[in-house]
Amino acid sequence: MSALPGWRQLPIGAVNLVPGSSVSYKTGEWRTLRPEIDQEKCIRCRTCWMYCPEGSIIEVDEPYKTKAGREYKVTYKIDYDHCKGCGICANECPVKAISMVEEVI
Amino acid sequence: MSKPITVWDLPRDELLAPGHRMCQGCGAAIAFRHILKAAGKDTIVVMPTCCGEITSTVYPDNAWRVPWIHVAFENAAAVASGIRAGIEVLKRKGVIPKDRQINVVAIGGDGGTFDIGLQALSGTLERGDDVLYICYDNEAYMNTGIQRSGSTPMGAWTTTTPVGKIWRGEWRPKKRKDLVAIAIAHNVPYAATANPAFPLDLYAKVKKALSIRGPKLIHVLSPCVPGWRIEPDKSVAVGKLAVLTGMWINYEYENGVYRVTTPVPKRKPVREYLRLQGRFRHLSEEEIKKIQQLVDAEVERINKLIGKEVIGPVEG
Repeated sequence: MSALPGWRQLPIGAVNLVPGSSVSYKTGEWRTLRPEIDQEKCIRCRTCWMYCPEGSIIEVDEPYKTKAGREYKVTYKIDYDHCKGCGICANECPVKAISMVEEVI
Repeated sequence: MSKPITVWDLPRDELLAPGHRMCQGCGAAIAFRHILKAAGKDTIVVMPTCCGEITSTVYPDNAWRVPWIHVAFENAAAVASGIRAGIEVLKRKGVIPKDRQINVVAIGGDGGTFDIGLQALSGTLERGDDVLYICYDNEAYMNTGIQRSGSTPMGAWTTTTPVGKIWRGEWRPKKRKDLVAIAIAHNVPYAATANPAFPLDLYAKVKKALSIRGPKLIHVLSPCVPGWRIEPDKSVAVGKLAVLTGMWINYEYENGVYRVTTPVPKRKPVREYLRLQGRFRHLSEEEIKKIQQLVDAEVERINKLIGKEVIGPVEG
């Protein structure tokens, strides 16, 4: 860990000047179960994205074509740096495309 | 009537940054995300001491991408009024363009709203300041370790309402304080209840509230994983069950008219909701019956306010 700033270096009132600076803290370390999205099964309904408490399900404009020939404009990915592994996404997924697998170090 | 909101109307931008330290599966975090999505970037958030405050702004980090201020437990609503007054003055002096809409949103927990901050909230509602107050209600003082609050439901275990031979959890033999009714008694233009298990409803209500000038209040249920003794992946499921059993009713009040936004044609027995949670595991069938009676009475009251049966009878 780098040296902490002294009080002279802090802004007056120790005000936090960087919005959303908590992204540097990796809450992914809390996880014991890791969600994995099966892109073939996923129907892009946005439910997991809507219910994730961390905002760790990321929606990207990346086209995807399933083997059955269905084309989607968006793809859902998981931000493993911040996902705490609560499992809400897997529990709420209407087609059970998300599975929770044990995290092995 | 405008088009109903669909899931694709939610903006993709995240104004609550990841990396906050809220618990795995926290219901409040889901609520905050959607409140901020609805309020947008031009929003100042005021927060008293609460779970959300201690976990989202662990110094030197900060999970908010909007201006945010932490104040004491008692005075979130008063500070929000002050910020609104400040904005008005800056607009008058020409520092801020007059037509720019800036939302002032106070978000407090149930302890900071039902108990400690009630007089400041009452003052804000009574003066008619243009502030949206949102109470996210996890039904006890969760951040200090699960002590009972004015909103703890009957029968719930907390560390200050223990379970033994004499004490059977929260003892209050009637329904808890009705926050929305308190707000309506102040003649506010808008008050509502919402639930993070129904994010579109929550989003629509915040949007609607912010389009109205004057004091507004939204009471949001917030399933709490450690406090309610539930599995982290079940917090949304418990939130949904709260509505399906009638324990929680999503409704809004706008200028004298009540409207239930999540009608339930056939209710589930309240047992299903209680049995999912460790804080209610000690309840006997007789005690569950008593809670069912309280819920029935509340459903009847809401149906009467609406004028027709929107929440149906218990099925089976």
